[in-house]
Amino acid sequence: MDNTYTLSVFTEDKIGLLNRVTIIFTRRHINIESITASESEVKGIYRYTIVITVSQEQVEKLVGQIEKQVEVLKAFYHINNDILSREIALYKVSAEALKENELFTRIVNENHAKILSIAPEYIVIEKTGDEREILHLFNDLEKFGILEFVRSGRVAITKPMKTLNTFLKEVENNSKTVIKHFSK
Amino acid sequence: MNTHKKYNTEVTGAEAVILALLDEQVTDIFGYPGGAIMPVYDALYDYMDQLNHYLVRHEQGATHAAQGYSRVSGKTGVVLATSGPGATNLITGIADAQIDSTPMVCITGQVHSHLLGTDAFQETDVVGISMPVTKWNIQVTKAEDIAPALAKAFYIACSGRPGPVLVDITKDAQFGKTAYKYQKCESIRSYFPCPKVKDDDISKAAELINNAQRPYILCGHGVLLSGAEKQLLAFAEKADIPVASTLLGLSAFPPKHPLYVGYLGMHGNYGPNLLTNECDLLIAIGMRFDDRVTGNVNKYAKQAKVIHFEIDPSEVNKIIHADVAVLGDAKEALELLLPKVKTQKHTEWLKRFEDCTKIEFEKVIKDAIDPQTEKLRMAEVIDKFHKLSEGNAIVVTDVGQHQMITSRYYTPNIPNYFVTSGGLGTMGFGLPAAIGAKVALPNTQVVAVLGDGGFQMTIQELGTIMQSDIAVKIIVLNNNFLGMVRQWQQLFFDRRYSFTEMKNPDFIAIGYGYGIKGRKITERKDLQAALEEMYASKEAYLLEVVVENEENVFPMIKTGASVAEIILE
Ligand SMILES: Cc1ncc(C[n+]2csc(CCOP(=O)(O)OP(=O)(O)O)c2C)c(N)n1
Ligand SMILES: [Mg+2]
Repeated sequence: MDNTYTLSVFTEDKIGLLNRVTIIFTRRHINIESITASESEVKGIYRYTIVITVSQEQVEKLVGQIEKQVEVLKAFYHINNDILSREIALYKVSAEALKENELFTRIVNENHAKILSIAPEYIVIEKTGDEREILHLFNDLEKFGILEFVRSGRVAITKPMKTLNTFLKEVENNSKTVIKHFSK
Repeated sequence: MNTHKKYNTEVTGAEAVILALLDEQVTDIFGYPGGAIMPVYDALYDYMDQLNHYLVRHEQGATHAAQGYSRVSGKTGVVLATSGPGATNLITGIADAQIDSTPMVCITGQVHSHLLGTDAFQETDVVGISMPVTKWNIQVTKAEDIAPALAKAFYIACSGRPGPVLVDITKDAQFGKTAYKYQKCESIRSYFPCPKVKDDDISKAAELINNAQRPYILCGHGVLLSGAEKQLLAFAEKADIPVASTLLGLSAFPPKHPLYVGYLGMHGNYGPNLLTNECDLLIAIGMRFDDRVTGNVNKYAKQAKVIHFEIDPSEVNKIIHADVAVLGDAKEALELLLPKVKTQKHTEWLKRFEDCTKIEFEKVIKDAIDPQTEKLRMAEVIDKFHKLSEGNAIVVTDVGQHQMITSRYYTPNIPNYFVTSGGLGTMGFGLPAAIGAKVALPNTQVVAVLGDGGFQMTIQELGTIMQSDIAVKIIVLNNNFLGMVRQWQQLFFDRRYSFTEMKNPDFIAIGYGYGIKGRKITERKDLQAALEEMYASKEAYLLEVVVENEENVFPMIKTGASVAEIILE
């Protein structure tokens, strides 16, 4: 049975590493639904958040393959219940919408969105929320004609309490295993 | 630490490459020059007395030579190539080394850094192209980054589960000046090459082993990579457990030992495959349950508990569920295991294997090594060669029927004396890999067993043999067919032999063209003498043996069948 999983991948800062990680998905014909990358709370360590829909068995194997990459420190996968996640979305609608100002303002308010910018021809609305909420606002705004729409992809924080620094310590200890050199 | 003259003074990036190789105790490299790697070749000119460079005839040959070199010596193979076509020619060998866990460092030249991304002459994105088939790779654009990149490259290539790495160095980095000081890489924060074996896992494994009635050891390449042959032997003897080998694990267990039952896989031995589905405990050591070993996974050893000794965590539960996974180095794990296993006897269980061996001998082997056919058969050639060499030669094969026959009928006595392309099945591997093996161990007999098809994929490496006087012996088993594909066409495609028949050149004349003596035989009466002449030759020698055109390799596990459905004819 397929499920939505959010992967958190902690990495060193290296050119091309993101490519190495995404190859693991493409090789297995798995579509990445969203991917974001940014520096984590620890300087020099990057965090990719990747959303995919696969089976439990597949996600376990994927995480194994990701962790195998030399510059990946650690990879985790989470089901939706284990994380708090958000996306940001921007919607550009025609300034015509202001002709129905009352309705328009109600939609923005009820969706807990906000107006980011108003120009003579268009209005840009910003909304933070989960995927469902973002689509909800999209549907509501459609009646005004959506000129442009963009989503950030999911970012997520995990609920279990283990800091990246504790992982880092474990990781550093693990990497100090003696080199194995086979010699004949 | 090296003490050469340039130490601690300013050198060029190109010279830093050479010095780093010396600091890594590299003695041999395989390569081919070109524009973007010329500064390194120029630096090499001053170090010819310390570094032997073997000029191949195609960069793919360099990668396979480096693989052969590494597989028999345990040292990391080193390859040098130029940018663009030089670099892309490496890809097949890199992919082969990746899937067969072979440590290899490839160094490629790249266009000037200011030209990157401009489609400059001979620019290819080799870092991008090689990403899926390397354990690690990097592009270096500054002279001072060369030594640290190479230090990392060597460390990553040979540690943990070994593999190929690629270091791409722009031409300006090779020309640039840098202080040189080599610091060997000993750990990388984000890289855990070898998990520490857990006592708890060992105890769980020992308990399963001590309670098993029909335990069965599958020994893979990991045993050789770990150097765990003695530990495996001690464990198998104490617990009296039959041992079968994968294709890449061949030579890890003494072939004449009563516990050695043969080899696994599509064309492996009868008993080892059949009885996989009768054991009650499967003990997999350093192997990854390749589909050529498992046949249909849904019908694979379902009755058995599984213990998986494995260095690479991503291999555990990848194909076959492990009831107990012992992560870590095989040698260390087996050492810890030994005192915990009880001395046992599994006489009846072992007898099952003996019975199967008898059946296989009667139905397959007897006829194959002593055929009544007019034409020679592959198996009798290999069997005679095996008896002549007593299993003391390094045998390197290409890919196809002759490979399967050689792995069945040549049983090496010494660990790592059998080299073949397993995971990738790369035709053209054999000849250059044999060259590399001979370079690594010049005082050992190295014999390449090739098909008429695969020989022609890298036949140009006869030039390398000629130029560097490499005394490799070559047996070409010529069936005038792409035999393995023809066998499948016969069995699964209604004998529609679509483009598998070969019109071959005069191989012996080609050999002579390269200054390599040789002989072609077509008759049984000449076989023994020809093999002896080849084996006794002090120089390279090419022996072409014309064999039966339409012979099939048996036993066989057909695609989709279970290991228990192995057929003998
Ligand atoms: C590079 C490459 N191309 C194609 C194949 C597919 N293939 C596997 S075995 C084989 C036939 C090999 O013929 P030959 O070298 O004459 O050996 P034989 O099987 O006849 O002993 C082919 C074409 C391959 N393994 N590698
Ligand atoms: Mg052939």
